[in-house]
Amino acid sequence: MNTINIEHLCYYYDKVQALDDVSLSVIEGEIHGLIGPDSAGKTTLMRILCGLMPTQEGKVSVLSLDSDDFMQIRSLIGYMPQRFSLYQDLSVAENLKFFARLFNVPAGERDKRMQDLYAFSHLEEFSGRRAGALSGGMKQKLALSCALIHRPRLLILDEPTYGVDPVSRQEFWQMLKQIQGDGTTILVSTPYMDEAELCDRVSLINGGKILESDTLTNIRSKWNRKVFSFSAPNLKQLFGVLEPLAESCQLFGNEIHIVIPNASAAQSLDIIKSRVEGIKYRYEEIESSMEDIFLSYMNPGVWRVS
Amino acid sequence: MNAEYMIRTEDLTKVFGNFTAVDKMNIEIMPGQIFGFLGANGAGKTTAIRMLCGLLKPSSGKAMVAGYDVRVDSEAIKRKIGYMSQRFSLYDDLSIGENIRFYSGIYQVPYKVAMERAKDSLKMVGLDLSMKVMTGSLPLGFKQRLALVCALLHDPPLLILDEPTSGVDPMARRAFWNVINSLAEQGKTIIVSTHFMDEAEYCHRLIIMRSGSVLVDDSPRALKEKYGSRNMQELFLLLAGAVNE
Ligand SMILES: Nc1ncnc2c1ncn2[C@@H]1O[C@H](COP(=O)(O)OP(=O)(O)OP(=O)(O)O)[C@@H](O)[C@H]1O
Ligand SMILES: [Mg+2]
Repeated sequence: MNTINIEHLCYYYDKVQALDDVSLSVIEGEIHGLIGPDSAGKTTLMRILCGLMPTQEGKVSVLSLDSDDFMQIRSLIGYMPQRFSLYQDLSVAENLKFFARLFNVPAGERDKRMQDLYAFSHLEEFSGRRAGALSGGMKQKLALSCALIHRPRLLILDEPTYGVDPVSRQEFWQMLKQIQGDGTTILVSTPYMDEAELCDRVSLINGGKILESDTLTNIRSKWNRKVFSFSAPNLKQLFGVLEPLAESCQLFGNEIHIVIPNASAAQSLDIIKSRVEGIKYRYEEIESSMEDIFLSYMNPGVWRVS
Repeated sequence: MNAEYMIRTEDLTKVFGNFTAVDKMNIEIMPGQIFGFLGANGAGKTTAIRMLCGLLKPSSGKAMVAGYDVRVDSEAIKRKIGYMSQRFSLYDDLSIGENIRFYSGIYQVPYKVAMERAKDSLKMVGLDLSMKVMTGSLPLGFKQRLALVCALLHDPPLLILDEPTSGVDPMARRAFWNVINSLAEQGKTIIVSTHFMDEAEYCHRLIIMRSGSVLVDDSPRALKEKYGSRNMQELFLLLAGAVNE
């Protein structure tokens, strides 16, 4: 059974089309990632699923309920919007208790969950501090914790790790897996490509259109390209040489990743080797990451896959 | 104090009640450097930044910014700094042009001069939009670039950017860093905080903070060599990992 079914969904803000014939399903029990650039339509899609905006064209069902039953849908799902507001004048612990009460979490259960959530957020030592006096990322972690204090059948999280540090992001994802284990289906959007890799399936969305919706393994094999990672003492010089020779050439921290179609890989690599002569460099073939694939899809002119 | 530093702090400290948010910070930043502020949530990055901008009074210690003492000359410092706060402080219900006019007022730059500069900066960051477009309708990556344009209106030698790329997709982040690099090449000094460890690699020098203290202060390459880490992600998890040990 699918937890979410979307068929041919379109949405317009006045004349601007935000969603263009979106069809998508989220399978019960999975963590499904919604991946796309700014203004791709992720938030619009999530808001429609939560019944916060009407469907204009197309069909949406959530937990086997038609989108007209949005009152009932809302009582069954948990939603964390991109800009979630906490009660700035309540303390950390008071915020958590407030949301637990709102979602009818029994007190015993609540205390256990608060402990689990503190383990991820490291906020216990600040439990008496006003939310307004927390750092940006601490606020985000508290907001997340408030959204995770109940166990709805479906959780919809819009960019939950905005401004969250790398250590806490790891711990947050462990927590999501645990919640998934408790039987909750999760739909999550993120600009972090390493997080996309932790999802069971992802949908790539751009310009209101779904480009792919599958497991990373399948997306990777359909993509049909090889990625090579180059490093050198003088990256800038190497970049200048590689850029015109590859389908795509991107800086990844202290490495350069180049993308070459499978079919011409051997040939291209020979050409590259002859051109970079005299430059000190190292290279290896690496498994394509979500970020390699994302950038290749988003780069106009390059992304015509299949 | 030596004038060749853009920023120099001596035991800079901020205490809220009985909680020490920044604990005896000592850093030196040279002109033209891209200087990274890393650290777990709550480590004290924003608090330190707000003191350097003259927005928050230090509890003790000293900071010289562009030749001025933050405790004495905070007004003079504001004219030397372009500051982008953690959630870009643009007015959503103003148009692009109105935001630029507003910030030209704050920085006391004649409107005509500000408009000329804004046009150049808009081109540099790749924003080709009408001045009439409402800011609230822009996607985050556009707002971020507009906020940078506003921070550059008074042509400051020093830019302080608090998490400019949070929530921004990989394409837009790369475009943003191209701009940062060219600003540094033009001689501007840049302080930038980030939770993206690939961006940490692009800094000339960086600090990692933990619980208000500076843990390490060096170039990314020297740090990776010292700790035997392949990349900054690995290094960060190693050093900042045990947040509350
Ligand atoms: N007005 C205040 N009163 C009490 N504590 C405060 C106040 N402002 C900040 N703090 C505390 O100071 C610490 C450092 O906060 P700061 O905002 O500097 O962190 P940060 O490194 O910028 O974190 P983030 O990555 O989440 O933005 C936090 O524990 C925060 O709660
Ligand atoms: Mg901060």
